Amino acid sequence: MTNHPTRRPTYYEELRGKGYSRRDFMKFCTTMAAYLGLQASGAAQIASALQKTPRIPVIWLHFQECTCCSESFIRSSHPIVADIIIDNISLDYTETLMAASGHQAEAAKAKTMKDYHGEYILCVEGSVPVANDGVYCCIGGKSAVDILQESAAGAKAILCWGSCACNGCVQSAKPNPTSATPIHKLVKGKPIIKVPGCPPIGEVMAGVLIHMITFGRLPELDRVGRPKAFYSKRVHDTCYRRPFYDAGLFVETFDDENAQKGYCLYKVGCKGPMTYNACGAMRWNNGTSYPIQSGHGCFGCSEENFWDNGPIYRQMANFPGFGIESNADKIGIIAAGVTAAGIAAHAVATNLRKKKLIHNLVEEGKEAEKEL
Amino acid sequence: MSTLTHKLRRVFVWELPVRAYHWLNVLAIVALCVTGYLIGNPPGIMSQSEASHRYLFGTIRFIHFVAAYVFFFNFVFRIYWGFVGNKYANWKNFVPTNRKFFKEMWQVISIDIFLKKNREHISVGHNALAGFIYFFTFIAFLVQCITGFALYADMSHWWFADAFIWVSGIFGDNFGLRNWHHATMWFFILFAIVHVYLVFYHDYVEGRGEISSMGGGWKFIEEEQFEKEHKED
Ligand code: HEM
Ligand code: SF4
Repeated sequence: MTNHPTRRPTYYEELRGKGYSRRDFMKFCTTMAAYLGLQASGAAQIASALQKTPRIPVIWLHFQECTCCSESFIRSSHPIVADIIIDNISLDYTETLMAASGHQAEAAKAKTMKDYHGEYILCVEGSVPVANDGVYCCIGGKSAVDILQESAAGAKAILCWGSCACNGCVQSAKPNPTSATPIHKLVKGKPIIKVPGCPPIGEVMAGVLIHMITFGRLPELDRVGRPKAFYSKRVHDTCYRRPFYDAGLFVETFDDENAQKGYCLYKVGCKGPMTYNACGAMRWNNGTSYPIQSGHGCFGCSEENFWDNGPIYRQMANFPGFGIESNADKIGIIAAGVTAAGIAAHAVATNLRKKKLIHNLVEEGKEAEKEL
Repeated sequence: MSTLTHKLRRVFVWELPVRAYHWLNVLAIVALCVTGYLIGNPPGIMSQSEASHRYLFGTIRFIHFVAAYVFFFNFVFRIYWGFVGNKYANWKNFVPTNRKFFKEMWQVISIDIFLKKNREHISVGHNALAGFIYFFTFIAFLVQCITGFALYADMSHWWFADAFIWVSGIFGDNFGLRNWHHATMWFFILFAIVHVYLVFYHDYVEGRGEISSMGGGWKFIEEEQFEKEHKED
């Protein structure tokens, strides 16, 4: 951080400038420490980091996506979260929220990329279409593929927001006409953090960013590159309907008595047992609710291929190649029937074709019986 | 062959560990298929009792996991016994290593499946075709154990189950794992149906104690056949 035109203000300075009191600031640090699962001293660590570190520039790119990640982010429970990143404090470029437009905006981005080479955080929302030279997503006359490569080159780390950037989400569902591709398949040699979900929880997104700012390094990631603090448990593991699951009490249809009683949604297709996310623990919209609490099963939005992984309202996937309503059990039952028929035919044929053999055995046995 | 009486020789084919393995395997597989099917398709229950007084689904899953451990370690034991057991238990019965193996497989197919008239195939231990099919069942065991433990990894804190976590990448996360795990169950069911039938078939057509062999370990072959096999080896 040497040749910057002016000394950049710290996060704390920026926030004070925006009218936040020290008290608000400390509350924010405490909230974040709790979300990140830090020990008691964590709040102080965060506070100290935000007071000392000059703001880290953020470039936030939008490709094939619906902006639900940005929406989720700006609704994260603490207002400072939105202010600290979105409200011009750090965000040097983002198509949906920046004030500038056209050439001006592109110039601002180019400047950030040059001035802060190797320092800025690149946030990517959306997947990148690679079919037909990437024509399916172009911004400012450049294809998404080129924009990504160019912006990734000088990034300190890349944050993949949402399932689109992490695994392709709906646009990469079969047959994936635009060859929508997640970021980790296109960028090599950069630290990449995946924050999947459609969208991810706002507090989770904020938590990951705050972690990077406070500790200056990536949070601990799991085997697929998701922050362990938020993705190490299945929705099922923190679900408040879990006692009904263990008791074997299930909703059969959405309008039955069991649904009214709040039983487990497993039989109406809840994918909580296969889905890694923090919805059950953190919930949404300031901890108000989450899909299961609202009476609908989890459909696994943060898991790879969740669109292709079978019907939303049933547990079992369709069996590939056997039509829409086929699942492994239906095919298995038919196969068992065919096998039984085959066996019956074989048994009859055996008696005909091996008549003499069987006859001899029986005779030999009978003879011995008489002799005794 | 006319109705002359045969002298039979008693051969000790299945040693006690093989028989114990077999029946433990049966128990475990039945338990796993039943509980597994229920996990995939839970019964609909209307109940007035509080959830805190019931643990039905938890119990079903618990049985599945206990049986899974039995199944797995029993399987590991059988592999070990394939190296130290008698010649009928040896791993070479399951892997085609020479031309003779393939020749015998063809014989079994023509005699027992296409039912060549009034012929019988005589083999003391596994016949070649059966052995080869057991090879595939071992593969299915492996698939079921790998996918099962990968699913189990997140419910367990034992390093052993956690060691299977890498599998979920191959099968496309837990969704794919579950579907494969479920579909493979049907292989076990179909195999069991055919297997039981064929045991009866052999007992009926050959009269050498096929069914009871897995009880006492004995099979009985004709003196002439015994001499013939003896010379061949
Ligand atoms: C003969 C062998 C086995 C059969 C036939 C079998 C069958 C099944 C079936 C049908 C399911 C339900 C899948 C679904 O949700 O649709 C299941 C679930 C499961 N099985 Fe197995 N299984 C076998 C062996 C194993 C083994 C060796 C393990 C190892 C621990 C295992 C662990 C599991 C687990 C963890 C689940 C998921 C349970 C849950 O969601 O709570 N299984 N099994
Ligand atoms: S509602 Fe879904 S996540 Fe909750 S216990 Fe039932 S299956 Fe698990």
